[in-house]
Amino acid sequence: MNNDYIISLIQQDKRVDERKFDEMREIEIETNISKNAEGSARCKMGDTEVMVGIKMDIGEPYPDNPDEGTIIVTAELLPLASPVFELGPPGPQATELARIVDRGIRESKCLDFKKLCIKKGEKVWMVFIDIYPLNDDGNLIDASVLATLAALKNAKIPKVENDAVVFGEFTNKKLELNKLPITFTFGKIGNKILLDLNSKEESVIDSRLSISVNEGNIHAMQKGGDKVITMEEVEQMVDMAIKKEKELRSLIK
Amino acid sequence: MAGYDKRFSGRKFDEMREIEAKVGVIKRADGSALFRMGDTIAIAAVYGPRELHPRFLQNPETGILRCNYDMTSFSVPERKRPGPNRRGVEISLVTEKALLPVLELKQFPNAVVDVFVEIVQANAGTRCAGISAAALALAHAGIPMKDLVSAVSVGKVSGKVLIDLDKEEEDVDDATDIPIAMTGRKQEITLLQLDGNLAKKDLMEAIKLAKQGCEKINKIQQKALKDAYKSVKNE
Repeated sequence: MNNDYIISLIQQDKRVDERKFDEMREIEIETNISKNAEGSARCKMGDTEVMVGIKMDIGEPYPDNPDEGTIIVTAELLPLASPVFELGPPGPQATELARIVDRGIRESKCLDFKKLCIKKGEKVWMVFIDIYPLNDDGNLIDASVLATLAALKNAKIPKVENDAVVFGEFTNKKLELNKLPITFTFGKIGNKILLDLNSKEESVIDSRLSISVNEGNIHAMQKGGDKVITMEEVEQMVDMAIKKEKELRSLIK
Repeated sequence: MAGYDKRFSGRKFDEMREIEAKVGVIKRADGSALFRMGDTIAIAAVYGPRELHPRFLQNPETGILRCNYDMTSFSVPERKRPGPNRRGVEISLVTEKALLPVLELKQFPNAVVDVFVEIVQANAGTRCAGISAAALALAHAGIPMKDLVSAVSVGKVSGKVLIDLDKEEEDVDDATDIPIAMTGRKQEITLLQLDGNLAKKDLMEAIKLAKQGCEKINKIQQKALKDAYKSVKNE
């Protein structure tokens, strides 16, 4: 499909897959997809599919937060998921994806880091959140956030003996999430604002804004793309995110 | 351990774990497949034939095959650091060699066929599940092939020759593990590795078991491919 055609459709208030501008694709979330993970989930958003696994280990806290555990988010843009992804260490796109997910979790304090402390100054839980897209048809950010929340919500804390994790054995205790901050990514094409862009739309994007919201509060934002956005457009996108957050939150079980 | 009379899993010595095979699991790929053996799940995606970069690797006589095997960090009990390691590099290489004999890449000079294998959940036998998935994904991508390839591990645990070792069996001290891949029709061997300690008689018995196992896997692979075309017909 030709880029000019996609843009001309959007100028006529139409999208290539006939969605409304503020309409998300169908979302399907499946949890516990991998037995050896403390928690895991797969999120399908249209043809986009992302897998997230949670692993936990005991480590030392950072000196400036001796009574807090930590999260470590990585994203691997597997060449399995798209003809344009290549083998090799995480590049800028993978790093940005991981950091946007990280900030949504961290800044909303949906995971209480203090509860991840085992012994102040010595031992804390390190929660590894590993993101693996399986099929990239756009908007990996929002799909990754949903998969991450679902995986965290279902994660079981591993068994500990003599201050060390017994790998492969879990307790019945779950990680507690006290909020579910949802991320919405908008794209601006010409003067139009679209939600949940597929990969064809992403290829003609002028600018992009991701907004992490929880009950009307904004916890993280990231602007992407090569062109500008206005204050009015930011407001419009924030309003739309706040309007839609409940609906998406209900999908995380 | 004296006398392994009954397997931990309750399986018979010549019984494989439950197998699931499906093609078309990754939309953007030219071909893809999922292959599950018990708790081991492999996904494979094929891209190509496509232009090969860097160019000095191009071969004007034939297309080439490039395989990459990788495990997700959460597929194993102790988190695996994402990215390549020595084990993965070796398995990628033997996967490539296991598939190459059935491929006809002469008609794609200077091109590459990329195969990416990802282990989503591991409970022994991951390279074999990966090869069975990759062969299916190649067929699904329409890459010219003389035959399919099927793979299974066989071995000996506490005196018993058996098929499709699970993690518990693999971890027994005296376990010998022999991953084997074979072509479908002639049952010629395309992958053979061995770790352990084994007499010739047991090796031959194990290969025989692998033949039986691969024959079953081949049928399941063929069914998965036929099922995919069935659904196209009904659309």
